[in-house]
Amino acid sequence: MTKITFIQPDGASQTVEAENGLTVMEAAKLNDIEGIEAECGGACACATCHVYVDEAWRAAAGKPSEMEEDMLDFAFDVRDGSRLCCQIRVSAGIDGLIVRVPAKQF
Amino acid sequence: MTTTLEQHASKADIAPELIETDVVIIGAGPCGLFAVFELGLLDLKCHVVDILDRPGGQCAELYPEKPIYDVPALPIVTGQELTDRLMEQIKPFDPVFHFSERIDQLSRDADGRFRLVTDYGTTFLTKVVVIAAGGGSFTPKRPPLDGIADYEGSSVFYSVRRIESMRGKDIVIVGGGDSALDWTLNLQPVAKSLTLVHRRDEFRAAPHSVEKMRALVADGQVRLAIGQVTKLVGDGGQLSSVAIKTADGEETIPCTALLPFFGLTMKLGPVANWGLHLNENLVPVDTERFETSEHGIFAIGDINTYPGKLKLILSGFHEAALMAQAAHKIVYPDKKVLFQYTTSSSSLQKKLGVK
Repeated sequence: MTKITFIQPDGASQTVEAENGLTVMEAAKLNDIEGIEAECGGACACATCHVYVDEAWRAAAGKPSEMEEDMLDFAFDVRDGSRLCCQIRVSAGIDGLIVRVPAKQF
Repeated sequence: MTTTLEQHASKADIAPELIETDVVIIGAGPCGLFAVFELGLLDLKCHVVDILDRPGGQCAELYPEKPIYDVPALPIVTGQELTDRLMEQIKPFDPVFHFSERIDQLSRDADGRFRLVTDYGTTFLTKVVVIAAGGGSFTPKRPPLDGIADYEGSSVFYSVRRIESMRGKDIVIVGGGDSALDWTLNLQPVAKSLTLVHRRDEFRAAPHSVEKMRALVADGQVRLAIGQVTKLVGDGGQLSSVAIKTADGEETIPCTALLPFFGLTMKLGPVANWGLHLNENLVPVDTERFETSEHGIFAIGDINTYPGKLKLILSGFHEAALMAQAAHKIVYPDKKVLFQYTTSSSSLQKKLGVK
């Protein structure tokens, strides 16, 4: 199991345990994390699972693929560290991952 | 993903029609398409209305290239392939499609038929309505900027019906896809000023539109700003400027018309206003006929709910088959349906054009 911490815009944080192989979006949905909508169900087709990866974790979480970059055009307030969390795979390499949920998901 | 908006503009001049039919199906996703087949086998004539500009619904809009693994007998099929195959399957029944239109009004006439009117004024008189609207109608995404609703329709537009209405305006277009680029090219000649705002200096739009846009930028006719809109400034529904955040900091640009193109999202839409019982934005139905609280209006696929409901394409297909039996009773109250198999019934095979 891998630990992932989601921090809400108001600072509230929630750490969940996720099974490796899932996506971070699935881990969020399984644990009812607020603000992760994932309208398209993980097809990288809607940009409603947008998160900001904490600076310390950006290398481990990796950069968005070209398809994900295209879809990030549909997200609101995109910043350095913006990712669609349906495209981040849970693995031992990101144990302890910290992501921030944006104030608005569209 | 973005052609619906242009499609709207080009349809604006066509005179509305009055159409009489047996069944109007709202939604051309997999369930709506398969409903044409099941209704067709029972000799019911269908018109299909969809807000998108092509069939397939979510399969076409959200995941055309994603494989689906749980359609019976198709171990792997993409959303687009499934749509294409359904279109082929329903071809013998000659359904009439009305794309890029949304049913806005539904009421019942004195003779018991339903009167449906689209956002373009197309009017249907029909004995049966099948709501196969999935997650709802695809509508343009509204950027969550403070106060944006106050400007919608007067200064903020998600589509342009008449280019002339944009003449002399300080236009700001936001986005990097085909809609954003096409409107940049189309509106530049009539605009007082035109700024294209996009979060990065890469565009998803067709390369030739991007080239044309860059030429206009080089020529000083269009301004390209790499950044994001953060604030709307105006008064009484009229925008005067927008603030954008770029790599160099905040900047204010004059703006009397803002066109944000952030793709589409699903909203229940007008279905909510038709007097049907709803349960958390879903339409409750019985599991014998898949009929709503209103006799003659059925709901199939992702939009309905009942005990044990699963939002699966295969469940929607089953729902379509049972709904068709009940719809037949409404259209032909005195005709008995003889249950038949397509494998052996010569009458069904004739309808399918295979005999």
